[in-house]
Amino acid sequence: MESALERLWRTLIWAFVVFFVVNVIAMISTVVVNSFGTRWLNSWLPAAFTFRWYAAAWKEFQLGDVLLVTFQIAGAVVLISALIGVPAAYALARRNFPGKPLVMLLFLLPLLVPPITFGVPLATVLYKVGLAGTMWGVIIANLVPTVPFTVILMIPFIEQIDPRVEAAARVFGAGTRRLFIHVLVPLLVPGILAATLLAMVRTVSMFELTFLTAGPTSQTLVVSLYYSVFAAGVRAGQSIDAMAVIYMLSTLIWLIVALRFVNPTQIVARVKKAPA
Amino acid sequence: MTAPPARRPTLADRGIDGVTLLVLPAALFVVLLFVYPFLYGLLLSFAPKEGGLLGNYTRFFSDPYMYGTIWLTLRLALPVTLLNIALSVPIAMQVRHMKHQRLLTTILVLPITLGTVLVAEGLLNYLGPQGWLNRTLILFGLIERPIRLVHNYWGVFISLVITGFPFTFLLTLSMISGIDPALEQAAATLGARARQRFRHIVLPLIVPGLAVTFCLAFVDAFSVFPSAVMLGAPAGETRVISFAAAQAAFEQYDYSYASAIAMIMAVVQFGFVGLVLTLRGLFYKGPAGGGKG
Repeated sequence: MESALERLWRTLIWAFVVFFVVNVIAMISTVVVNSFGTRWLNSWLPAAFTFRWYAAAWKEFQLGDVLLVTFQIAGAVVLISALIGVPAAYALARRNFPGKPLVMLLFLLPLLVPPITFGVPLATVLYKVGLAGTMWGVIIANLVPTVPFTVILMIPFIEQIDPRVEAAARVFGAGTRRLFIHVLVPLLVPGILAATLLAMVRTVSMFELTFLTAGPTSQTLVVSLYYSVFAAGVRAGQSIDAMAVIYMLSTLIWLIVALRFVNPTQIVARVKKAPA
Repeated sequence: MTAPPARRPTLADRGIDGVTLLVLPAALFVVLLFVYPFLYGLLLSFAPKEGGLLGNYTRFFSDPYMYGTIWLTLRLALPVTLLNIALSVPIAMQVRHMKHQRLLTTILVLPITLGTVLVAEGLLNYLGPQGWLNRTLILFGLIERPIRLVHNYWGVFISLVITGFPFTFLLTLSMISGIDPALEQAAATLGARARQRFRHIVLPLIVPGLAVTFCLAFVDAFSVFPSAVMLGAPAGETRVISFAAAQAAFEQYDYSYASAIAMIMAVVQFGFVGLVLTLRGLFYKGPAGGGKG
C-alpha cells in the first residue's frame, strides 16, 4: 500500500511534468501564432491572420538559398561521418587492442568540451589555411563533434550483432569489404539511420561552430536566424518568427523519422533489446 | 580467426589486424581537427599581441570585467545543472514504470531539437511583459503587474532549463531503467518502503552515472552563448565567458586573446569535471543490471 505522503509526492511530480510540457508547448505556439499574425499588441491573440510573413521571410532572408546551404552542409556532414565513423565503431566494438582506452578517450573528448572552446582555435586554423568562410570550412567544423558522436552511438548497435553471423560470412570467403557491404550494412540499417538522422539534427541546430566559421554564403539557417534577430530594428518580428517556424519544422521532421527507428533512451544507453 | 592477413604478424598477435585499422581514419580526423587546433590555440594563447608569454592571461585576470565572466557563467551553469538533475531523478523514477513511456520521452526530447536560438526567440514572446505567461498570471490574480522575466538572469536560466532538462532526463531515465528490478523487489520483500528502497538501492547505483550526467550537462550550460545574448543582459548579469571569447575573436580580431579565453574556459571545465569524477570514485562501482553492466 502506498501512503498519503507517497501519493502526494507522485502528484507533485506529475504536476511538474505537465507544467513543463504545457509551458514548452505554449512557448512554441507563441512563435507559430506570431508568424501568422498581423498586429499583436496588448491582446491574447493577433488582430488577424495572414501568410504574408512567410513570403516576406522567404524573400528578405533569401531563405531558399539558406535552406539549400543548410541541407548541403548537413548532408555532407552526415555522409562523411557515416563513412568514417561506422568502420571506426566496428573496429572498437569487435577488437581489443593496446591503447583502446586512449582511442575511446580521443572520441569522447570532443563531446566533453563545449563547441566554443575548440571552435575558436579551430576557426583560427581554418582562417590560416583559407577554409574559413567557405562551405567546406563549415562542414569540417561540424564534423569535429559529429564523427565522435557517430562512433560512440554506433558501438552498442554493432555489439548486439551476433559475431557468428560474421564468422559464417568469413567461412564462405568474404573479405572485410564484402562483409561490410553484404552483411553488416543491411543489419545495421536501423542503427545507421538513427545515428545519421541525429547527427543531421545536431548539425542543423549547431550554432556555435557554424557561427565561428561561416561566411556570408555559407550560413546555415540557425546562424542567419541569429543575425536577423539583431537586425530586428528594420525587420518585422513576425517574419523572424516565420523563419523560426521553418527552422523548427526542418529539424522536427528528421527527429521524428529518427525516433521511428530508435527508442530515445537507447540513444544514450546501451541497447538492451533489438530496435523495433 | 579467419581475419584477413595482417601486414605485420607481430601486430596481429597483439590484436591489431586489418579490422583494427578501420579505426584509423576517424582517429586521424579527430587528432587533426580537434587535438591539433586545440594545441595550436594553446600555443597561440602564449603569443599575445603585446606583453610577454603570459600577457593574455595577466590581461584577463587583471581586468575585473573579464575575469568576472567566469563567476557570472558559473552562477548560471551550476544551479541550472543541479536543478536539472534534481528534477530528472524523481521524474525518471515515476516514468520508468509507465506504459506510454516512449510517447512521453519523445515529447520531452523535442525541445532539444528546437535549438537555443529558437527557444530564445520563443521565450522573448512568451515571457515578455505582454506574453501569455504574464497575462495568465494576471488573469488568475496571482500578480498585479507583469513580472520581468527576459533580458535578465532568469530569462537565460529558464532557457537553459528548457534545453537542458530533456537531455539530463534522457540520460537519467536510461540509467534508472537499467537497474535490475529484482534488486528492488528483494528489498520490498524484506519490508523496505519506497523511500528506503530509493535511498539504499537506487541512489547508490545511479550516483556514478549522475556524475557523468552532471559533467555533460555542465559542459552544455557552461558554454551558453546565443541565449545569454538574446534573452539576457550581455553587458550585465549574463555576460558569459563564451560571449567574451566570441567578442575577442570577431570584434577585436585578437585570436590570440580569444584562444586564451577559450583555454581558461577549458581549464575551469576540466576542473569541475575532474572534481566530480574524483568524488564519484568514492562511491560504489559495479554492475547495476542483471547480466553485464
